[in-house]
Amino acid sequence: MGRVFFYPRKGAPVTERQAKESEGVLHLTGAQMVCESLVREGTDIMFGLPGGAILPLYQTLPEYPQLRHILVRHEQNAGHAADGYARASGKVGVAVATSGPGATNLVTPLATAMMDSVPIVAITGQVPRAAIGRDAFQETDTTGITLPITKHNYLVMDTADIPQIMSEAFHIARTGRPGPVLIDLPRDVLTESDDFDYPEHVDLPSYKPTMEGHGQMIKRAAQLIADSQRPLLMVGHGAIISGAFAEVREIAEKAQIPVITTLLGIGSFSGEHILSMGMPGMHGQAYNNWAIDRADLIIGVGMRFDDRVTGRLSAFAPNAKVIHIDIDPAEVGKNVRVTVPIVGDAKRVLHALEKQVEQVSRPEWMSEIDAMRAEHPLGSGHGSGLRPQHVVRELCDVTDGRAIVVTGVGQHQMWAAQHYVFKEPGSWITSGGLGTMGFEVPAAMGAAFAQPNRPVWSIAGDGGFQMTMSELATIVEHNVPVKFAILNNNNLGLVRQLQDLFYGGSRVASGYSANPDFVKLAEAYGIWAKHVTDEPQVRSAIEEAAAVDGPAIIDFHVEPEENVYPHVPAGESVFEMIESPAGREALSWLT
Amino acid sequence: MADVSLNGHVHTITALVHDRPGVLARVAGLFSRRGFNISSLAVGHSETAGLSRMTFVVEGGDWVVEQVTKQLYKLIDVVRVTNISSESSVVREMALLKVKSNKDNRAEIMQIVDIFRAGIVDVGKDTVIVEVTGDEGKIDALIKLLQPFGVRETMRTGRIAMTRGGVAAGTKQTAVPAAQSAPDTEVVP
Ligand SMILES: Cc1ncc(C[n+]2csc(CCOP(=O)(O)OP(=O)(O)O)c2C)c(N)n1
Repeated sequence: MGRVFFYPRKGAPVTERQAKESEGVLHLTGAQMVCESLVREGTDIMFGLPGGAILPLYQTLPEYPQLRHILVRHEQNAGHAADGYARASGKVGVAVATSGPGATNLVTPLATAMMDSVPIVAITGQVPRAAIGRDAFQETDTTGITLPITKHNYLVMDTADIPQIMSEAFHIARTGRPGPVLIDLPRDVLTESDDFDYPEHVDLPSYKPTMEGHGQMIKRAAQLIADSQRPLLMVGHGAIISGAFAEVREIAEKAQIPVITTLLGIGSFSGEHILSMGMPGMHGQAYNNWAIDRADLIIGVGMRFDDRVTGRLSAFAPNAKVIHIDIDPAEVGKNVRVTVPIVGDAKRVLHALEKQVEQVSRPEWMSEIDAMRAEHPLGSGHGSGLRPQHVVRELCDVTDGRAIVVTGVGQHQMWAAQHYVFKEPGSWITSGGLGTMGFEVPAAMGAAFAQPNRPVWSIAGDGGFQMTMSELATIVEHNVPVKFAILNNNNLGLVRQLQDLFYGGSRVASGYSANPDFVKLAEAYGIWAKHVTDEPQVRSAIEEAAAVDGPAIIDFHVEPEENVYPHVPAGESVFEMIESPAGREALSWLT
Repeated sequence: MADVSLNGHVHTITALVHDRPGVLARVAGLFSRRGFNISSLAVGHSETAGLSRMTFVVEGGDWVVEQVTKQLYKLIDVVRVTNISSESSVVREMALLKVKSNKDNRAEIMQIVDIFRAGIVDVGKDTVIVEVTGDEGKIDALIKLLQPFGVRETMRTGRIAMTRGGVAAGTKQTAVPAAQSAPDTEVVP
């Protein structure tokens, strides 16, 4: 079956296919079915690495030149690249791996995508059906392993089921609260042939996400907003996923409600807006936590009152009623008691709610917040060396707050979240829920494939970067113009900070005494790179890197003793918040 | 605003699920991963081909029941979840008990079995098998009375439950699409 069908866009088959259909239904191998399905779902790129069990799929790829395959260096990176691609494009990311170790290498990216509600379809090879359960070479129970870290998964035992399963998988991944879906394909299911009849649309009676909010609840919410003196909007990833940017702004402006954005909600509301407050929680702007403590109404939108946001639940927002808007009913009432629950799509619910809220002004609440902001300013660094905060601010300035910023996990992530002021929605890509170090390299690569015309900056930790830097080779191979700003403190910085603050400064296994010279490493790959040791060099280095046609790496030798402030100790309340190195002394009883 | 409460008592929840490989693992995995305590689980075919019905006995407060319900709904294979404990319902469990017995005490055992409207379904040389149906309390009581003879083996099905009157829980007639039903179960003070 060496035929090639070209589909210029989703759902628009050209004459060859129509001719074929008039002859009757397509008869395809399982591998061809997977490719056909991917094309119909609008997939144009996938990230993967082959092996025996998945090889029939790979050997079929030449028949489908419209499916671009990016060969990675490690399957974990395929998963994170698909994640970065999905977050930057709003489309479903696709990752491919073989059975056994290939599939287990997808565990971390699947869990990452699950926690952050990112639509990914992962396709894995499996041993032939007859070998399943016999501990065959490279057999692993992939659907079993990934059961709790996927939105749904499938082990395909019949070639004829492939079209139905593929269409379901994409539907489940991208609708409702998005998430990763895995499809495990035994090798002989890929090689056998059967009729291919792709479902026009998916109808799963047991899966019908609620999109519209309950009218009665919306009415009650509007009433609560009208009655409130000190309301706050807390906006999360759900607002970005549903594209509720205009709706958030409209309701905030009309009802004069300051907007807090959670770590994953950054970018859902312009950081420059007068009502923008920044991030709450453990490392959020301190005044936000005080504002939450004062608020009489919290409107959570597409967020889940995560423990990093709330701190100790019993002390969270003690004076506030809560309106919680989320598409996932299980999130509503899970962590905090909700006064008005609204299950639905953030964009539609906010649109309906906006019509019912009244135009008001809240001068007292605004001036109270302004006073808190003035009293608890965001620190810009305490150490003597190159300040990482300064690097992020310069980066923001040079890129005019319009770059796509991808981070790893740790101090650099928090500084990026605090100091990069985003002007454009959906430009911030970070592993929030799972907190996956190493995300910064492959996810940035995936984002750059999705948005080739936008600058993509990876703000990296030296720890995380070294976890996944094998992907530099892939980046060079495809001349992906990702720019890396490594905030190199020769430490697992956030761990070192925890040890200093809460373990009496006992620094166990948190220092890297033999990091590579990242500039020489870049040279080995043929990547433009530069060391930066002093603040005056920061800006010009960023400008130079931005001008490079292709990837670039800047190794910023930042002050290793710098800490992220504020720091609400895990499980504590805002009253235990450490706002500066001085606050640490006051808190010595905690250690 | 207070933390959500965990303490409470025992609830019977039924779920109508697609009869697909792995569905039991999905449900069981959900319970263990989220730290919900199931004290019994029974599964069998439902009145509709391709759908099975599971009955769980879950310990916990309202928050637990609400979360169990909502998390179950998130499983793609789950069609309908019903909290039976809040409704008027019939609750049953079946048990098979292998009891030591000989010619001398068989009559005495049969007398006890009769009182419980249970039955003897097998008689061996030195054992009998007793079959009993009822709620857990009744089965516990029977086991207690048979203990002095020596209960060699007990096999219990776990609780199954059904609401009285009307139509079946989760059949097409009563089913509200999964997610749509959720607002009803949410905590509204
Ligand atoms: C895969 C993984 N392992 C361990 C951790 C725990 N952890 C959280 S932050 C951190 C340090 C990160 O170091 P680095 O990437 O250099 O960033 P920095 O904090 O120094 O900015 C560690 C080890 C994690 N989040 N992810």
